[in-house]
Amino acid sequence: MKSGAVSKKPGALRIRPAVRSDMQALIALDEEITGFAKRKYWNETFSRHRARPRSPRFLLVAEDNGSIEGFIIGEVRAWEFGEPPCGWIFAVQVRPKTRLKGVGTQLFEVLCDAFRRTGVTKVRTIMARDNHLVLSFFRSQGMMAGPFIELETALDGANAKERLHEAAKS
Amino acid sequence: MKLQKASSFALYAVIELAANPAHQLAGTEIAEKYGISAHHLAKVLRDLGRAGIVDAVRGVGGGYKLAVNPKRLTLLDVIQIFEPVGPQSTANGDPEIATDAGGALRTVLDELDDHTLATFRSITISTMLKLMARKPWANAVRAARPARRAASNR
Repeated sequence: MKSGAVSKKPGALRIRPAVRSDMQALIALDEEITGFAKRKYWNETFSRHRARPRSPRFLLVAEDNGSIEGFIIGEVRAWEFGEPPCGWIFAVQVRPKTRLKGVGTQLFEVLCDAFRRTGVTKVRTIMARDNHLVLSFFRSQGMMAGPFIELETALDGANAKERLHEAAKS
Repeated sequence: MKLQKASSFALYAVIELAANPAHQLAGTEIAEKYGISAHHLAKVLRDLGRAGIVDAVRGVGGGYKLAVNPKRLTLLDVIQIFEPVGPQSTANGDPEIATDAGGALRTVLDELDDHTLATFRSITISTMLKLMARKPWANAVRAARPARRAASNR
């Protein structure tokens, strides 16, 4: 995306690349939705995904009258899992009281436009099976099961979960 | 996987009603369009009515209309009226479940059922209407044809 990709839809809502001064509001919004304040994660995400010319990484926010009401994070990645370049969506969230007003759809559409401009023809994401809300959102955008099956196994080691939570908090 | 007839008929009916929100449709109209038993569909529509998913409008020009928001009605909401979906309880006492092989097999089958459940739960009737408009299966058929020809040339 060129760093200035912005929703062209009329109205107060504006989809634009996140800037440093949005981070406090973004962290607070994420904490409101997930219950975790992931300050370190967000600082790293901003460093990686902030708008730069010709960057394939995107962190977009939905701003309504100065308030950050949602965000979406995505990136064009090449040859992950052996696949040609495609757009990946890592996260999308909309403030609960702002939902059902098309904010998520606008975030999705602007990100897909940004992906298209890089030349990719597919967009993918991975979701928790029990995240019915966001899963339904992606389905409503036309997304279907892709060619992958996600697998995992537990790693032995004491307190791994606690260490992860500590790292997220720092 | 295959759905029971009643589940498929119910989905056809609900999709038709969602696609025609301004009209009441007679069960016979829906049955005719899909080439299915009007008698069986009438029973299915009664079950959908009891579940609060459709309303029956009586009298001349009567028929059925959707009673819920199709953006909030999932495939699972409809299907589970007619058949169980998702991991089945092992409390019914199948003795082989207690064996190691039975437990391992149950784990694999539960994984499949979990995916089925997540898929049905995440697709709304409104999303089905969008899917019908896009017709992705038409592309899938076109893409599959050359592959079949190539295979037959071996």
